[in-house]
Amino acid sequence: MLPFGLGRSYGDSCLNDGGDLLVTEELKHLLAFDAERGMMRCEAGVTLDELLRFIVPRGWFLPVTPGTKFITVGGAIANDIHGKNHHRAGTFGCHVTKFELLRSTGERLICSPTENTAQFAATIGGLGLTGLITWAEFQLLRIENSMIDVEELQFANLDEFFAISAESDADFAYTVSWVDCLAEGPSLGRGIFMRGNHARGDSLSHRLHRPPRLGVPVEFPDFALNQYSIQAFNTLYYAKALEAFSRKIVHYDPFFYPLDAVNHWNRIYGRRGFFQYQFVIPFSGDRKVIREIFQRIAASGQGSFLAVLKTFGERRSPGMLSFPAPGLTLALDFANQGWETLSLFNELDQVVLATGGRIYPAKDARMPARVFQECYPRWEEFRQYIDPAFSSSFWRRVNSPV
Amino acid sequence: MQNVLIIGATSAIAQAVARQFAERGANLVLWARSAEKMGIVASDLRTRYQAKVVIEAFDFVDFSHHAPALDRAIAAHGELHAAILCHGSLGDQAASQADFSVTDQELLTNCRSALSFLTLLANRFEQQGHGTIAVISSVAGDRGRQSNYVYGTAKAALNTFAQGLRNRLYSKGVHVLTVKPGFVDTPHDRSPAKRARSSPPPDRVARDIIRAIDREQCVLYTPWFWRWIMLIINLIPEPIFRKLKL
Repeated sequence: MLPFGLGRSYGDSCLNDGGDLLVTEELKHLLAFDAERGMMRCEAGVTLDELLRFIVPRGWFLPVTPGTKFITVGGAIANDIHGKNHHRAGTFGCHVTKFELLRSTGERLICSPTENTAQFAATIGGLGLTGLITWAEFQLLRIENSMIDVEELQFANLDEFFAISAESDADFAYTVSWVDCLAEGPSLGRGIFMRGNHARGDSLSHRLHRPPRLGVPVEFPDFALNQYSIQAFNTLYYAKALEAFSRKIVHYDPFFYPLDAVNHWNRIYGRRGFFQYQFVIPFSGDRKVIREIFQRIAASGQGSFLAVLKTFGERRSPGMLSFPAPGLTLALDFANQGWETLSLFNELDQVVLATGGRIYPAKDARMPARVFQECYPRWEEFRQYIDPAFSSSFWRRVNSPV
Repeated sequence: MQNVLIIGATSAIAQAVARQFAERGANLVLWARSAEKMGIVASDLRTRYQAKVVIEAFDFVDFSHHAPALDRAIAAHGELHAAILCHGSLGDQAASQADFSVTDQELLTNCRSALSFLTLLANRFEQQGHGTIAVISSVAGDRGRQSNYVYGTAKAALNTFAQGLRNRLYSKGVHVLTVKPGFVDTPHDRSPAKRARSSPPPDRVARDIIRAIDREQCVLYTPWFWRWIMLIINLIPEPIFRKLKL
C-alpha cells in the first residue's frame, strides 16, 4: 500500500500499480493552532489551500510553499517540497517539529528531531514509504498582509542571471527565474528574474485567494504544442517584461500559484502528456555545466515553456532522501515525444551525475535505477525504514538491482 | 440555534453540519461511538471556530445510556435548541438476507436506537416548548428495493415515526425535519460499484440541512433533484416495479 494525497506528483512516486492506495482525504482536521507562536498541528490530508484559508486571515503564512496549493501536508513532507524561498528557509521538512507515523503493524510513532529521529529523517522526503503520516506539527511564518512586493528583471543571458542572483539572495525572501530554453547563441539562458518579499504594513489587503475560475475543458490535440508555438510563446513572454525592471505589489496567489488559476492546465499537452525534469547541480566556479545543459536542450529543439531556474541555499533538510542541495536547480517540462524526449533525458542525466547533481523523484517518471542510486547514496540506509507493507511504482522502479 | 446536539458526530454529513453550526457560533454537544475519532472532530471545531464543544462517547445500542447522556448534554451548555440524528450504517444486504440476526442488528443500529433518542428528545422539547429535531433518513426508505430493503425498512420506520412526531409536536412549538439524502460523496456511500460521479460533497448537503432547519421545512430531499427521482420511482405501479432490478 501507499498513502495518496492529491496525486500531484508528476511521476509515479504517488502511484502503486497493482497495489492499494491509502486515500488521505478524510484526514482533514485541524488539531491545534497556537496563534501567538504560529505553530500548527493538523492531519496529513489537509491541503495547503485549506491551510491558507485558515492561517492568512490570522496573520500567518506557509513556511515553504511549492508552485501549487493543491497538495496535502503529508505530501509536502513525503516529498520534502521546496519553494522560492529555499535559499533562506530550506525545505518544508526544516519547519516540521513533529509528526505521527502509523505503521502497518498498527504501531504509532511520534517522530521529531528528538524522538524516533531515524524515522523522522527517513520520512521527510521518504516518498510515503515509511508508513502513513497521520498528523504533523510545523512552524508558520508571520505576515502583515496578503501581498508580495515583487520586482521583475530581464536578464539577457546566463551571466546576467548569475549577477542578479548574487545580489538578490540576501535581500529577497523569494527568488525564481523563468528561462527561455529555446534561445541560443548570445541569448542563451535569457529570461526574467522575479524576486519578492512579503509586503509590510497593515494597510494592505488581507484578502484570501479565490477558487480557480478558468479551466481547460478538453485535451489539446498533440500538434498544438510544438517547437514553433513554444518559441513564439517564449519570445512573447520574454518581451512581456517591456522594461528591463519593474516593481509591483501583487497578491500571494498569482505570485506563488500562477498555474492554480487554470484547472486541468496539463491538458494543453494533449493525450500524450508531458514529462517534468528537475535537477540540482552543485555551485561551481565555472558555469560551463549549466551552459552545456541549456545548449543541449536548445539543440534538441524540444522546448519547454515552463523552465524554472533557482538557486538553492545551504540550509540542510533533516530528510535522508531530501532532494534540494546547495546549488542551482532547473525544472523543465517537455511534451512527451516518446523516444526523442527520453533520450534527451538520458543525455542530461549523464551531465547532472558527472557534476555531482541529482534528480527530483517527485517530478520523475523515467529515471533508471542506476541514476537514482547514484543521486541518493543513502538509499540503502533508507531501505531499512520502509514499512514492510508499503511500496510504490516509483520505488519498485528505482530499487531494482543495477 | 445556540446549543446543538449532534448524534453520530463522526459521520461525514454530521461533521459538515457541525462545522457550519460552529461557524455560526453555536455550542455543540457531540455523541459518537468512537472517542478517538470524535476527539479529532472536536479539536478541529475548537481550532477553526473556537467553538465550545462537549463530547461523549458511548455505544448507541446501549439504551440505558440514552437518558443520562441527554441530561448531561443539557447540563453542558443549557437548554438544547436543536438535535440532529446522523448515526447509522449502510449494512450488508446480502448478509442480512441470509441471516435474520444481521437484519436484527441493522434494525437496532439504524432504527431502534434512533427511536429511543427521538422519544427522549420529543418529550424534552415538548416540555421546553421549542426546539428542532432533524433526523437523517434516506431516499432508501421511500420504497423497498431488492438491493437494500433492510436498510430501507429501518429508514421507512424512522420516516413514519418522525412524521408522527412532527404531527404531535407541531402545536407544541417543536419542529421535526426528515432529511432524505441521495448518494453523497462520503465513506458511508462509498463502494467502488456505487460511487456516483455526480455525488455532492457533504458540505453541500449540510448547507441544505441547515437551511431546511431555519425554514422549518418538513421533509428535505438533498440534493434537490432526488425529490423528483423519488417521485418517479414511487409512481411506478407495483406489478411493474417488482420486475425491475433496483
